[in-house]
Amino acid sequence: MRDRLIFAGQLGFTLLVAAFLVVPVVLSISAGVTVNYFRGIQSGVTLQWVVQVWNLYAGEIGLSFLIAFATLAVTLVVGVPAAYGLHVKGGRLSRVIEEIITLPLAIPGLAIALALLLTYGGFGGFRQSWLFILTGHVVFTMPFMVRSVMAVFASVDIKTLDEGAASLGASPWTRFCNVIVPNAMPGILAGSLMVVTLSLGEFNLTWMLHTPLTKTLPVGLADSYASMRLEVASAYTLIFFIMIVPLLVAMQMFAEKGEKK
Amino acid sequence: MSHRNFIWICLLPLVVVTAAFFLLPMAQLLAVGAGGSRGMSAYLAIITEPRYRATLINTVVLAAATTIATLVIATIAGLFLQRHRFPGRAVLIAMLTFPLAFPGVVVGFLIILLAGRQGLIGAITAAVTGEKVVFAYSIFGLFLGYLYFSIPRVILTVMAAVQKLDIGLEEAARSLGASPWAVQRDVVLPALGPAFVASGAIAFATAMGAFGTAFTLATNIDVLPMLIYTEFTLAANFAISAALSIGLGVIAWAILALARSMSGGAVAAAG
Repeated sequence: MRDRLIFAGQLGFTLLVAAFLVVPVVLSISAGVTVNYFRGIQSGVTLQWVVQVWNLYAGEIGLSFLIAFATLAVTLVVGVPAAYGLHVKGGRLSRVIEEIITLPLAIPGLAIALALLLTYGGFGGFRQSWLFILTGHVVFTMPFMVRSVMAVFASVDIKTLDEGAASLGASPWTRFCNVIVPNAMPGILAGSLMVVTLSLGEFNLTWMLHTPLTKTLPVGLADSYASMRLEVASAYTLIFFIMIVPLLVAMQMFAEKGEKK
Repeated sequence: MSHRNFIWICLLPLVVVTAAFFLLPMAQLLAVGAGGSRGMSAYLAIITEPRYRATLINTVVLAAATTIATLVIATIAGLFLQRHRFPGRAVLIAMLTFPLAFPGVVVGFLIILLAGRQGLIGAITAAVTGEKVVFAYSIFGLFLGYLYFSIPRVILTVMAAVQKLDIGLEEAARSLGASPWAVQRDVVLPALGPAFVASGAIAFATAMGAFGTAFTLATNIDVLPMLIYTEFTLAANFAISAALSIGLGVIAWAILALARSMSGGAVAAAG
């Protein structure tokens, strides 16, 4: 009897926590498709707000995808070879490098953005272009790619595979393409999902780095929260959810697959 | 090309990118912080200047409250979810973890929908008591926002740690006559210590530096990231904002480094 009571109490508490997380999302989704949120859902269901958001903010949404995929490209080209180099080289220098590239996870985005602004803010052409935001996103997401790939290297004994291929006469470049990258694939995919998800939702850095002509999806969100009616802001949030939730689900499935291995 | 050279070529792009877009800007930030009218003492202003000190204390208290509340909530829910199997459990776990990567701005908006001027709590309280309760734009709204994005992360850590616990220890304690509460207090909770330290540090550092939520709820919440933002954009006080953000960065980094040395695992904030 007492066990049942404890079970019921814990279940009730957990449901309450879940409600705290889910109810606002449901509110937001319903507000985004309601004709008049103040009068409630009986005022009718509409897609007009979603269409309006699309007309107003399609540019922001497009730029966010451009930046997310450019960030992914840079972190892949720079991060995957570096993860291999750091793993094979080992030693103190590698640990120091790993430690430094991980710092942006600890230092608030606001500080990194200020640092970038104070250093490169004077270079007008660079400051005005979306490449400026790209640098911030690359610095912020790089550790996720490097560490995700290094985690795979730690578990598959890459050194033996690498030396085996080398003893058969494969050049370093051939080995990298045909042995290292295929073996690192799970880490590369997990890292990529993480990088794209984080870049699409990044606000702390981006708000400081953006210009009126280089607004991203989350910058537009903040803009709509401040200046648009609640229905439009909700519809915009709805569009964001539709874009980000599949990525989150894919990431979770990946994590579960990794655990089972 | 020798193997050694190839390794260096692999590392070179990362070193260049990190030096150009992280280390150099950080050095510049340090220099700007010391280059204002206050000189090096700008770095002490976060403690010596009463207005900044009050904000710092505010921020630390808020982050600490968030951390403690999140740990309590996530431990109760995480223990429950990991120790029981029941229909709908997977759905419940999904509901508790999906907000993991919501940006702070979105969390701020969700809090407004919950407790803002047109919010659900306001509507319910207005219907029940006739008085509309609105607290989204206060420090309590910010607290709720930080809870919102800390809970999923901490629940995942706690669940993973509970899974690794040796159930035999609890059974042994129980067979020796310990009450359920004593088993929790003396066996389960101490074993979860490292997970608490690691996930608590992440929650704390994230709450210290989070900007998006405070920005959306805005108005008159006095926390460090908002202070830095207003000093930089409105007052154009570059030296102070640089010094304050260095201070904020050092605090966040130190908390995480301390937690890492205590728990032995990898610890990182997210935002």
